[in-house]
Amino acid sequence: MSKLGLIVKREYLAKVRNKSFVVMTFLSPILMVGMVVLIAYLTKINDSETHIVSVLNDSRYFHGDFLPGESVSFIEFTDIALEEAKDSTLALQYDGLLHIPKSNNLEDASQAAFLYTKDNPTSQVLNRLEAIFENRLRKNRLENLGVSSKEFASIEKEYELRTATFKGERNLKGINEIKAFIGGGFGYLIMMFIIIYGGFVMRSVIEEKTTRIIEVIISSVKPFQLMLGKILGTSLAGVTQFAIWIFSASLLLFVALLLFDIDMAALGGQAAISPSGMEGLPSIPEGDDYIQKYVNELFKIPWLLLLFSFVIYFVLGYLIYSSIYAAIGAAVDNETDTQQFIFPIILPLMLAIYVGFFSVFSNPHGPIAVGFSLFPLTSPIVMLMRLPGGIGEGGVPLWQLLLSILLLIITFLAIVWLAAKIYRVGILMYGKKPSYKELYKWLKY
Amino acid sequence: MTPILVAENVSKSFGEHTALSNVSLDIPKNCIYGLLGPNGAGKTTLIRIINQITYPDTGQVFFDGEPLAPKHIATIGYLPEERGLYKSMKVGEQALYLAQLKGLSKVEAKKRLKYWFERLEIGDWWNKKIQELSKGMAQKIQFIVTVLHQPKLLIFDEPFSGFDPINANRIKDEILELKKQGTSIIFSTHRMESVEELCEYITLIHKSHKILEGKLSDIKKAHKNNVFKVGLQVNGQGEGILKELQERFRILNHVFDPKEKQLDFTLKLPSGDTTEALAHLATRANINHFEETIPTANDIFIQTVKAKGE
Repeated sequence: MSKLGLIVKREYLAKVRNKSFVVMTFLSPILMVGMVVLIAYLTKINDSETHIVSVLNDSRYFHGDFLPGESVSFIEFTDIALEEAKDSTLALQYDGLLHIPKSNNLEDASQAAFLYTKDNPTSQVLNRLEAIFENRLRKNRLENLGVSSKEFASIEKEYELRTATFKGERNLKGINEIKAFIGGGFGYLIMMFIIIYGGFVMRSVIEEKTTRIIEVIISSVKPFQLMLGKILGTSLAGVTQFAIWIFSASLLLFVALLLFDIDMAALGGQAAISPSGMEGLPSIPEGDDYIQKYVNELFKIPWLLLLFSFVIYFVLGYLIYSSIYAAIGAAVDNETDTQQFIFPIILPLMLAIYVGFFSVFSNPHGPIAVGFSLFPLTSPIVMLMRLPGGIGEGGVPLWQLLLSILLLIITFLAIVWLAAKIYRVGILMYGKKPSYKELYKWLKY
Repeated sequence: MTPILVAENVSKSFGEHTALSNVSLDIPKNCIYGLLGPNGAGKTTLIRIINQITYPDTGQVFFDGEPLAPKHIATIGYLPEERGLYKSMKVGEQALYLAQLKGLSKVEAKKRLKYWFERLEIGDWWNKKIQELSKGMAQKIQFIVTVLHQPKLLIFDEPFSGFDPINANRIKDEILELKKQGTSIIFSTHRMESVEELCEYITLIHKSHKILEGKLSDIKKAHKNNVFKVGLQVNGQGEGILKELQERFRILNHVFDPKEKQLDFTLKLPSGDTTEALAHLATRANINHFEETIPTANDIFIQTVKAKGE
């Protein structure tokens, strides 16, 4: 076996045999799925709680308007005094008492209506009641203007602008967001991978420095071989872990969904924490036809291109960042000294994610999105968010994709070269707390 | 016989700091060669250059007659001063890994490790983790890993640090045994008594320059300064004898013990010729002892460094 192979194997085994690594590998999916299930479950409980409001209606109006709804239902009191009604409401532990006093017309009755509650009323109850009054008042006012309720219903139709590309493809509302979200999922995956396993690489370098094994090893192999072997071994361990996570998390999620009878749609809102980040579709208007169009659109996403680019951006992006992490590990003597160097690394990653979510979602081909998808330190994340739109017309222009990859490759070579230099000097330096100035000097050794 | 290692005008600097300046060395085969010098003199840099961890800015290094190349790494064994092992790795696994990095096959490495583990009586450590071992125990593993691939040239940097006297002796014997088998050894240390004991040749590096090189016995001869230690048995008139002697010879320091009637002093003669002095002393008193003081490696080290330092 070649020396590089030996190093990769050792780093891989050292990582996957590590107890905390094993624990994390098997615990994380359980925690993750547990959290999703818990949130879904809590949301469900929260939603299924119904508020009961008693109604004391002394007016002639609103009879038949207080219909039980999803979260609020009503009990009507008749022929009792207000004080009595209040007592009963409290005694029966209802959420509130709505009193509509005697009045000659609807407007006055609405004005005089009053809600008594023990504590502050929940927004659900208030919204519901206000909606009832609003509807009734609107109807009444329109009737006064001579519009019948049938005519009113016909006015109320929502309007949606239909759009299409010049090629005649029908556009769908929100499809850009969905596509960016899918790309964003890949980008997010890259970021998580870099932060977790880049950190592992760094710690492993620091360990070699503090145990002083480094000089023993580099009298046998080149520092660059050791750095590369470490990065590769750690990332293989990372890929193993991620594969186990994704597989077991989806299995667990599937089982949990069956067991707890949780509606997938209820999870929609929690997309950000769900493992794959794919379910965060914006609310889809009802209608099978409509859904079918979305499904068609999803099939039209160039998955092959996306996966292929994912691999390219993942490999290059990870290698760039993890060699920086390795250089940092080599430069310092212990982990507490790493802070000043870590922040500048995390910054472009965070920037990529936030710019991606705020700017690329709304306009995947705007100047900011283009800029960040070309800039090598952010392109692995931002370009992936743009790519689900395809390349060529209506998507990412081919030159941008190629330029972005080219810039990334150049940066990769430059950064690895620089990092290897810092690494080579740093691993043999003990007891120095390096500054940026010091690191710059090392480059010239 | 070609020397195992030749360095020709090797210089190396880090930024503005010069670590080695025009250092040339000839290290003969099958000897123990002491590489001496104060801290920060440039010894470690030189050793790292030999190990191809760093490269000289100018100058050349030859290994067994050939220009030093990556293929020689497998024929050099290096025990660095700053040494350690992976804490959470098992002893056997770790030794195998390091041996394989030196180019041994797994089977061969295992066979030799078995031999060495038994030789140093640590056979039952194979499955222990390094963090369970004491420092001295870990040093033994380090030593084994260094010599396992039967290198032609061994470089030991402070090999005895971390060992108790018994094990230090054990390792010393192993080093001598390796020399007997034909290995060339570079030995870097601050412990002068072991230099005295082991080294045939020494080189002294100070402030990046080589300031002394040669056979230890020759160097010692060259550093002899005709100083003699004398002990006289005197009968009561010690003060008088001393006074008289002080007029005739250069007496460096003296101790007179009237109770024991013993006068001890050191004497510096203008040349190595002792007959006249001895004849004279013999007429004055009983000579208890008369011996030449040969400078120790320690003396030579301090003397030479001090002389150069000013």
